[in-house]
Amino acid sequence: MSFRLSYRADPGNPWFSWQYVRDNSDTILAAVREHASLTGRAVLIAVLIALPLSVLAYWFRPLAGPILAVSGVVYTIPSLALFAFIAPYLGTGATTVLVGLVLYALLLIVRNVVAGLNQVPPEVREAAEGMGYGRWGRLFRIDLPLALPGIVTGVRLATVSTVALVTVGVLVGHGGLGQLIFAGFQNNLYKAEIMTAALLCVALAVVLDLLLILVARLVSPWSTRRAR
Amino acid sequence: MTVAANPVGQAIVWINDPLNWTNPGGMLDRLGEHLTISALAVALGCLVAWPLGLWLGHLGRGAGLVVLISNATLAIPTLALLTILPVVFASGFGKTPVVVALAVFAVPPLLANAYTGVRQVDPEARDAARGMGLSSGQLLRQVELPLAVPYLAAGFRTAAVQVIATAALASFVNGGGLGQIIRTGFGIGIAAGGGQILAGGVLVAGLALLAEVVLGGVERLVTPRPLRRGRQRLGRPRAADATGSA
Repeated sequence: MSFRLSYRADPGNPWFSWQYVRDNSDTILAAVREHASLTGRAVLIAVLIALPLSVLAYWFRPLAGPILAVSGVVYTIPSLALFAFIAPYLGTGATTVLVGLVLYALLLIVRNVVAGLNQVPPEVREAAEGMGYGRWGRLFRIDLPLALPGIVTGVRLATVSTVALVTVGVLVGHGGLGQLIFAGFQNNLYKAEIMTAALLCVALAVVLDLLLILVARLVSPWSTRRAR
Repeated sequence: MTVAANPVGQAIVWINDPLNWTNPGGMLDRLGEHLTISALAVALGCLVAWPLGLWLGHLGRGAGLVVLISNATLAIPTLALLTILPVVFASGFGKTPVVVALAVFAVPPLLANAYTGVRQVDPEARDAARGMGLSSGQLLRQVELPLAVPYLAAGFRTAAVQVIATAALASFVNGGGLGQIIRTGFGIGIAAGGGQILAGGVLVAGLALLAEVVLGGVERLVTPRPLRRGRQRLGRPRAADATGSA
């Protein structure tokens, strides 16, 4: 129905066309897959690097300033420039995109995890020490569980912004859905292609965000009543 | 997968060629384009976001709207907006659609900080002003606005740096700017253009970092001394910092 309406309004270049989606379902699915896999890998690697970094910043206060400052500077570097720094060394492959995405996600996660850890009340910390927890025991049994809201916020922010950032990977030919957006632009502004890819991008971000909220609920049943 | 032989050496050679500075489409041209686009976009963003944010903050309503706008723009890929807007404007690929697209990304930090800036005003100061007989408009102009200036400056810095960073992507839609140097380098190919790619990256990143430092200084200058301490607490993200970058 809607297809026919839009077809009549502008036969050559509709905003959205099921025909396009049907005819190119393979390309679209491949783009979504690349997009999701780049996002997933980037966030996963970023978390694996960010958690130890945050704990370092939490345990050794003098390190907190430099760690946050360096990741802040990296975050200020525009994505295009970051890819331009990496590409001459790693070539035009998916690795270049992945490294860039990890560097960006890093700051968002580190900053929120450090904030989460710093929110652990000093009384709780002292009580844990009084109960005989060592440094590591306290970290895993007290500090990290209490910092979970901060960790979740960081990972969610990082995921959503990574989904949007993947599109810049077009520069080196691995932009996931960005590939379709750019192709649509070059293809005489094929609106259906641009729109489909852009909507899928936003949808992917929303789906991943909801998924993370769900995971956060599952791993922290005690905070289900929290809004964020 | 091709990798450049010695990108740093190539980049130094490329930057030291005077023609690469003064040619049409050289560094100076691109820098001018970049700054023009960014300035117009930030100005447009301020024009829209500041009055709205101050007003919402004054009314104490719309916190949900501010958060929604910040989150929504975080999820929209810059590239999509840059390619879609020229179609909407149907004006081809002049500067206007690029400026508008960039302004969209300037709005969230400006809006969130204007809102927070007014909301964080001490309720007692507000009550005192009302008790002195100030009208609602006078309260906003004479009490809330001056007290919100540090927040406005923080939002301005975040927005400006983000727009300067995002403006590099304008090169994808032939909008010019310093990003064009990087794109041209990739067009030549990494083996031959690696130096130019790297040089372009240095220029784009340098401009963004310079803007950050300079505007950070401005932010400090307009922040009254007693308000400076405590606001920069470690690991505590401000509203402006949570809105992503390009």
